Amino acid sequence: MNIGVLALQGSVKEHIKMITSVNKKIGVVPVRTIDDLASVDGLIIPGGESTTIRRLLDSFNLGTPIRERILAGMPVWGTCAGLILLASHIDGESAYFGSLDVDVKRNAYGRQIDSFVADEDFDGMYMPMVFIRAPMITRVGDGVTTLAEHDGVPVAVRQGNILATAFHPEMTRDNRVHKYFVGMIDSKD
Amino acid sequence: MAVKDEIKAASNRKLLNRNLAQMLKGGVIMDVTNAEQAVIAEQAGAVAVMALERVPADIRKDGGVARMSDPKMISEIQKAVSIPVMAKVRIGHFVEAQILEAIKIDYIDESEVLTPADDMYHIDKTKFDTPFVCGARDLGEALRRIAEGASMIRTKGEAGTGDVVEAVKHMRKMRSQIAEVSALPSEQLATYAKDIGAPLDLVRAVAKNKALPVVNFAAGGIATPADAALMMQLGADGVFVGSGIFKSSDPKRRAEAIVKAVAYYGDPAILAGVSYGLGDAMRGLDVEGMSEAERLAKRGW
Repeated sequence: MNIGVLALQGSVKEHIKMITSVNKKIGVVPVRTIDDLASVDGLIIPGGESTTIRRLLDSFNLGTPIRERILAGMPVWGTCAGLILLASHIDGESAYFGSLDVDVKRNAYGRQIDSFVADEDFDGMYMPMVFIRAPMITRVGDGVTTLAEHDGVPVAVRQGNILATAFHPEMTRDNRVHKYFVGMIDSKD
Repeated sequence: MAVKDEIKAASNRKLLNRNLAQMLKGGVIMDVTNAEQAVIAEQAGAVAVMALERVPADIRKDGGVARMSDPKMISEIQKAVSIPVMAKVRIGHFVEAQILEAIKIDYIDESEVLTPADDMYHIDKTKFDTPFVCGARDLGEALRRIAEGASMIRTKGEAGTGDVVEAVKHMRKMRSQIAEVSALPSEQLATYAKDIGAPLDLVRAVAKNKALPVVNFAAGGIATPADAALMMQLGADGVFVGSGIFKSSDPKRRAEAIVKAVAYYGDPAILAGVSYGLGDAMRGLDVEGMSEAERLAKRGW
């Protein structure tokens, strides 16, 4: 199995380290080109600045091929900026991949001083969740399952082959969300 | 709050502040002097902007005392963009830092580019919830700043010159010291810590992880996409570009080119493409020809 981490900007190294900690036999590919993308069975879109990442995706013609792979069923997981890029509606700006039927609002929890850590339940697993200038999920579509909530607001959602988290499991020592994503790729084969 | 909860809150804050810097990795942070420039920087793909009244090249040219920017100008920039906004305070000027925290700035740069306010002490950054980035020329200086609470380090380079030589020198020095300390037997670490003037616990952490405990960006003299990619290939986690963008002939194109060069720093074909027909870089100043008094990097210790 090969898992790609979109490697244009952001928490790339951390995701690579976490996937390796789940299973050393998994190949982890930093994805910067169409050829890199073709070699992976699943893709993680890391945390970072969504404006920067979408700009680079467009400049290097990676947006359309990734959107097509998602439509064709490739498991994909967006953390924070990745969630924003996957959402079908972004408050105040145009959607990017638009694959996940949720509305998001960028920086809705506030500025850096409002960033926080919370302990919450993710699909039956209690874990620390790190929110950094996080986006808020303001609407969840009918076909979307909420896997975690904080203060009654969804912070992790799944729609078929698409997983998205407003928080950063890659910034903790807890690799259970990474295991969950590897499981999504396993069960697809 | 119970003592235990207070300790937990403080350690969460430290983690969150270091983590924001992790999110900026592989990105370009651009100096901007007004909302219009901030929007250009954001649209070009900057991961953050540094709000300041004059870019370092102008601070050099104009002389006088360089201070924290007017909060009004910083607020206008905060309103204009959705990416993190940073701003500079003078070395040791903790009240300027309190003011920036009050307006919810995302990151404070305690910077040698401004005129130092204290010739003895840097700010005790552990007293703030807002994260700090600080300049350093070597491992000892970086670890002193981290011990004071900095969540991110950048090389000092020599700001406002467009000459990358000092940034290269500082990055190489830090990398070679990290390699050196990682290879030392544990009984030599205390002496090494004493020699470089850094706390032993941080020296031990560097030796164990073979890396700084926080993100390290390059800054001070980066003017071209090639300069930015050079710093990335030398091990920087990202770059700050100060005067290099808005002192060039075509800021928008140069900003976009530097963003692409940092993302694809290891791909010479892409670097050639983004460098093509960019217009004039900032004119620049040769650091070699400068007097000691003109050098900003020697401010701070």
